[in-house]
Amino acid sequence: MSEVLVVVDHVDGAVKKPTYELLTIAKRLGEPSAVFIGPADKGAEVAEKVKAYGAEKVYVIDDAQLKGYLVAPKAEALQQLAEKALSNGGLAAILIPSSAEGKEIAGRLSIKLESGLITDAVDVQEGPVTTQSVFAGNFTVQAKVTKGTPIITVKPNSAAPEEAAGAGAVEEFTPTISDAAKTAQIVASQPRQATGRPELTEAAIVVSGGRGTGGNFEPIEALADALGAAVGASRAAVDSGWMPHSFQVGQTGKTVSPQLYVANGISGAIQHRAGMQTSKTIVAVNKDEEAPMFELVDFGVVGDLHTVLPAATEEIIKRKG
Amino acid sequence: MNIVVCVKYVPDATADRQFESDNTVDRVGVDGLLSELDEYGVEQSLQIKEKAGDDTTVTALCVGPEKALDAVRKALQMGADKGVHVIDDAIAGSDAAATSLVLAKAIEKLGAETPVDLVVGGLASTDAGMSVVPAMLAERLGLPQVTLASVVEFQGDQVRIKRDGDTATEVIGGTMPLVLSVTDQSGEARYPSFKGIMAAKKKPLETWSLSDLGVDAGEVGAGAAWTEVVDTTARPPRTAGEIVKDEDGSGAKALTEFLASKKFI
Repeated sequence: MSEVLVVVDHVDGAVKKPTYELLTIAKRLGEPSAVFIGPADKGAEVAEKVKAYGAEKVYVIDDAQLKGYLVAPKAEALQQLAEKALSNGGLAAILIPSSAEGKEIAGRLSIKLESGLITDAVDVQEGPVTTQSVFAGNFTVQAKVTKGTPIITVKPNSAAPEEAAGAGAVEEFTPTISDAAKTAQIVASQPRQATGRPELTEAAIVVSGGRGTGGNFEPIEALADALGAAVGASRAAVDSGWMPHSFQVGQTGKTVSPQLYVANGISGAIQHRAGMQTSKTIVAVNKDEEAPMFELVDFGVVGDLHTVLPAATEEIIKRKG
Repeated sequence: MNIVVCVKYVPDATADRQFESDNTVDRVGVDGLLSELDEYGVEQSLQIKEKAGDDTTVTALCVGPEKALDAVRKALQMGADKGVHVIDDAIAGSDAAATSLVLAKAIEKLGAETPVDLVVGGLASTDAGMSVVPAMLAERLGLPQVTLASVVEFQGDQVRIKRDGDTATEVIGGTMPLVLSVTDQSGEARYPSFKGIMAAKKKPLETWSLSDLGVDAGEVGAGAAWTEVVDTTARPPRTAGEIVKDEDGSGAKALTEFLASKKFI
């Protein structure tokens, strides 16, 4: 069976959930091989994690000579690994997490391998045939790659991770990185502060606030914590300086597709809807009963979030005991 | 400095966007405009020009059908010095890879006399929204990519940006020539002034075909695409749910009941 390369999503060797989703998808297409680009001494630890989700091979690419540069060296490394796999037993697909960096790596790789690229897949089935959600979630598109090795970037929450025993054979791979790939330097890096809450794009529940918060996100955060949710924000809240851009949900921020999305004091402009419209259940709280957000909701409360949310939070905590 | 800013003509996101029967985006039946997110690329190009001085030229480059000229015009009205519109029937249905090929060839042509120092793009288009063309362009042109900038600074031929990455905020540095892309955080895009609108009418505007770029028609268009859309389906509209008015705390109770009924509590 042909290999499927799965680029491991991790922070300093701590494997993130989308990796398991990608491995689960990879099993539908061929034989999953995890590709870990990170500190080599974490390779064994990562292999233990990914083999529980079906990784037959685990390629470890030490990032010591890659990590100081943006995107291009990783694309070169993957190109060389893909070429090796192609000459061994074939390569059915390359799956990459649909992050900003993931998509840029995929873009370069697509040109290098002269292979078709599909981004932001929300499902991938045999073929591979991908499903994407486009035009602010108003259309779904089924697509396939017709040239070369399918390169697909996959969004978080696109599959329920399924445990499956894989061999997890570790193989170190040392790419040759050209000087040309080392031309965009990462001069400084400030890791995002941990919030203690789930990652916005991966969370099962997202509680968001907008202009209607008036800058006070306490009720939003309290409800999020009661529900075990991530916190999001509309562009209006970010532009007002109330929340950092990394919290923004919408066209120019994160696209989320959680089980439950709670929009508070958010009017529901198309740009915001683009980032959350595919959520399974949508709830809104807004003083303005004319807010377009109410057109989308499964349940809505016309009321002041500053009174509704604290009361609801208290009730939820009571019920949870 | 020679700056080329890539601009895309897209269907208006607030209009009723549709697909054609061949599964391509309807670019004719729906009103279009310069992609909102490309305005930020034009803005940053103009700000760099203002800092770098008068010998800097900003060229707005657009690939698209006849109406796409509107996108170039808007960039000229904002302050770009000249426009290039690449138009060819064979381009219709091109995917990101083919689009990046056409852009790369046009940028090479633009740099034939004075080398291009900066290729600028937006965060994403507002239609396909892949966010990959700047990376593809950098790959094709063999240039560094300094992308997704929320802050752009430059000194001489050195560019530094702030990039709000997936897990960290980074400072990225590169030496021109390079490909730069900017986000909507980089600074509000200016509105064209009346003077700017009048001046734009006199600015040089060139129209190029594929043969002007030495690109074979067989390398672009739907037939040469590396991906194929098999099907497009309109998502069924969400059916309006229950909406309650909050009176003396009834809203919180109803909300909690709803969440419990859906097993979120």
